Amino acid sequence: MDVKLRVWRQGGAFGAGSFKEYSAAGISPEASFLEMLDIVNEELTAAGEEPIVFDHDCREGICGTCGLMINGQPHGPQQGTATCQLHMRKFSDGETIVIEPWRAAAFPVIKDLVVDRSAFDRIVEVGGFISVATGAAPDANLIPVPRDAAEASMDAAACIGCGACVAACPNSAGQLFTAAKHGHLSLLPQGQPERLQRAQAMVDVMEKFFGSCTNHAECETACPKGISIDYIAQLNKDYVKSQVANRNLAGQK
Amino acid sequence: MTITLDSKVPSGDIADMWDNHRFNIRLVNPSNKRKYKIIVVGTGLAGASAAATLAELGYEVEAFTYHDTTRRAHSIAAQGGINAAKNYPNDGDSIHRLFYDTVKGGDYRSREANVYRLAQVSNEIIDQATAQGVPFARDYGGLLDNRSFGGAQVSRTFYARGQTGQQLLLGAYQALARQVGLGNVKLHVRSEMLEVVMKDGHAAGIVTRDLTNGTISSHSAHAVVLATGGYSNVYYLSTNAMACNVTAAWRAHRKGALMANPCYTQIHPTCIPASDEFQSKLTLMSESLRNDGRIWVSKTADDARAANDIPEAERDYYLERIYPSFGNLAPRDVSSRAAMRMIEQEKGVGPLHNGVYLDFAESINRLGKDTIEARYGNLFEMYERITDENPYQVPMRIYPAPHYTMGGLWVDYNLMTNLPGLYAIGEANFSDHGANRLGASALMQGLADGYFVLPYTIGDYLADYLNTEPVPTSDPVFTEVEQAVADRTRKFLATKGTRSVDWFHRELGKIMLSNCGMARSASGLEKALSEIPALKDEFEKDVRVLGESDDMNQALENAGRVADFFELAEVMCRDALDRKESAGGHFRVEHQTDEGEAQRDDVNYSHVSAWEWKGPGQAAVKHKEPLEFKYVKLAQRSYK
Ligand SMILES: Cc1cc2nc3c(=O)[nH]c(=O)nc-3n(C[C@H](O)[C@H](O)[C@H](O)COP(=O)(O)OP(=O)(O)OC[C@H]3O[C@@H](n4cnc5c(N)ncnc54)[C@H](O)[C@@H]3O)c2cc1C
Ligand code: FES
Repeated sequence: MDVKLRVWRQGGAFGAGSFKEYSAAGISPEASFLEMLDIVNEELTAAGEEPIVFDHDCREGICGTCGLMINGQPHGPQQGTATCQLHMRKFSDGETIVIEPWRAAAFPVIKDLVVDRSAFDRIVEVGGFISVATGAAPDANLIPVPRDAAEASMDAAACIGCGACVAACPNSAGQLFTAAKHGHLSLLPQGQPERLQRAQAMVDVMEKFFGSCTNHAECETACPKGISIDYIAQLNKDYVKSQVANRNLAGQK
Repeated sequence: MTITLDSKVPSGDIADMWDNHRFNIRLVNPSNKRKYKIIVVGTGLAGASAAATLAELGYEVEAFTYHDTTRRAHSIAAQGGINAAKNYPNDGDSIHRLFYDTVKGGDYRSREANVYRLAQVSNEIIDQATAQGVPFARDYGGLLDNRSFGGAQVSRTFYARGQTGQQLLLGAYQALARQVGLGNVKLHVRSEMLEVVMKDGHAAGIVTRDLTNGTISSHSAHAVVLATGGYSNVYYLSTNAMACNVTAAWRAHRKGALMANPCYTQIHPTCIPASDEFQSKLTLMSESLRNDGRIWVSKTADDARAANDIPEAERDYYLERIYPSFGNLAPRDVSSRAAMRMIEQEKGVGPLHNGVYLDFAESINRLGKDTIEARYGNLFEMYERITDENPYQVPMRIYPAPHYTMGGLWVDYNLMTNLPGLYAIGEANFSDHGANRLGASALMQGLADGYFVLPYTIGDYLADYLNTEPVPTSDPVFTEVEQAVADRTRKFLATKGTRSVDWFHRELGKIMLSNCGMARSASGLEKALSEIPALKDEFEKDVRVLGESDDMNQALENAGRVADFFELAEVMCRDALDRKESAGGHFRVEHQTDEGEAQRDDVNYSHVSAWEWKGPGQAAVKHKEPLEFKYVKLAQRSYK
């Protein structure tokens, strides 16, 4: 199949950024979207033009490195699918495909389609963990965890940190990412002691980088792992509680 | 340089060695730990767990990764699970049995003492991960669930759906993030280590390139830990993440660190076969599928019929036929080679005749579609997404693909390479899996090294350097290496040839896969040893890398990695040629039993082959570490 591409190029020789048009001819519908870009890059190299820079690593939808805005949709048209798992058979012959990086103030573009998502790490660094030093753990079966709780925790823990939720949000909010981490840890007994502190610390840092959530729910649709916005409701509830509980602890009733 | 390979295996009974060793080695007093700086390169399971633990102990840590965040690494893709000797299912498991299975699975080519220690600390890993919030699968009573995995007759594998590596890595990542937040670890992301720096025979630090803007800089420390993963991508197509490479280990090798058993590589039997020329990587389908899927091909060569049109009587369930007791669960190397032979007999299935069937029809009939869906739903979905075929209706097509490398930097019992102050952990070292790794044991080893071994053994080396400063980065040893790195980078850009880096990588992969892959012969290896230097020559003259060095430039990053793969490929072939026996993943066609199984030669090859770099274009020189087996009796593996 043949497709036309409008690709955002930025940095290096391309300066502040603009769309460039390329054509990809004779692509197998079995090829993945990123393999199609590999082919285009081989052709660009042969023609003496610098290849398109894009992030990717595992190419099986688990590492969260890839992430392209494809025809205005984070990770493209197929639901529950990261960019690297998308195949060309989902596009039609002759189609024009627009490819852009994630657009969000918290994710500055480094080059072409590559953005800096390190704001996510700043959120985790202040509370996205259970404080347990190596060696301090009791036997793993000492604390039974109800199966449903473990499953719900796992649903949230499945977040791959790709940033599609932020890219999809009209406000570029980081709520779904933060709520997924909070949900993962706070649904487990092991995560209880730090639960409210965790909510407060992560939300405070999140707000420094990201916009405010106004419940558009675009993030849930865009998430390649189908993480539910219910976790946002839980995070909000715990955040409100944390305001009270922590003040109580500080003796400021 | 004279090389002495002292494994430093402690004396005494194997069950007490690790305890005795910890008692005998020197410790660094808690208040002195902050006076030491340690560099950790790589933040996959091994590196993240080590960096976090070292920082918790009080050391000053600097961690480096070429990824954009430490939440990502190749480790994240591990699906199946992690082994431990907990014996929760009460099916007869024990530390000794896990030790025994690992030595046997490795075809008696690993160091007993290391493997025993691995089995000993395995249980602590599960405790640690659970306390960190890793959501392992649980039974209805809320206790941890286990499953069995290829090559084991007990259920000792802990798992988190099909995402065990992801969840364990997130646990280690979160522990590391906590230390970063506390200011105990300084992190360098999108930063690639391109050289180890040595001073007076000791590791003094590293030189890195910032992948966002090309800045080359030096970092010094009292010790350097490499946790940089394996080298399966030498084959170009493998199950590894695209960026996995050998550069860190290779650069250390060029500085004198020995490369041990480089020819021990593992081919995984259940991957989705390639669909075209431009395939960029191969996707693994978890081995757990073999618990309920039956592997077969048509009895007739070149059978053009669709799978469902081939009657039962005309199918060859070859694993069940050849290995009646293990059947479809035969170990990875055994079942991979069996599939290869089917393809050689022109019985390959699928449009490119490059696969065998993995069929669930019988299990679906017996257990119902719902049960199969509950067990493997996500894998079936993944398969359908990639191939556009529905495995509930037609059998899956699978084929073996390069997956894991047992070889790696030689390390002693303390996980130190032969270069003082330079350590290697995780898949980057050679230590525990011998000639073949069992399923679910890589995650165990990476985390054992990082959480429970290295953080203690490193103190023994550091104790000598109390109140000394790391070598300043203004020292000529650093500035000279920085210059060499900058020159090499410029050279790639200045070559201005006609072919892309990927083209060369693909060609190298083809040579390696046909001559140093699942089956190896003296003539094939000799052929590869003449083709590789020729291709490397061409690469040096004709590679085309566009763009600038002071900018994000992925082709430039790859050029350095592929250049190192060329040199590694040579020593892999040399090692494979030298090892005139078959063991585990290393199968020499000249050395097989009458039944076509791997034939070891314990008299002549019961040793670790550790190769020394002698310079570009020079043949590497082999050093031997003899292997002694006191606790496991050597036997021909049999899975019949
Ligand atoms: C598809 C798949 C499934 C698997 N499933 C299982 C399983 O179920 N059970 C199991 O036990 N094992 C499994 N394995 C094997 C296991 O995942 C790996 O062996 C293990 O995770 C390796 O961990 P590591 O920490 O040693 O290296 P990696 O996870 O590869 O980490 C390497 C780190 O080093 C960094 N790095 C490398 N070079 C440099 C450099 N030059 N400069 C800076 N940073 C560098 C990288 O950025 C990364 O952070 C699987 C492997 C694959 C491919
Ligand atoms: S490349 Fe890993 S999720 Fe897409």
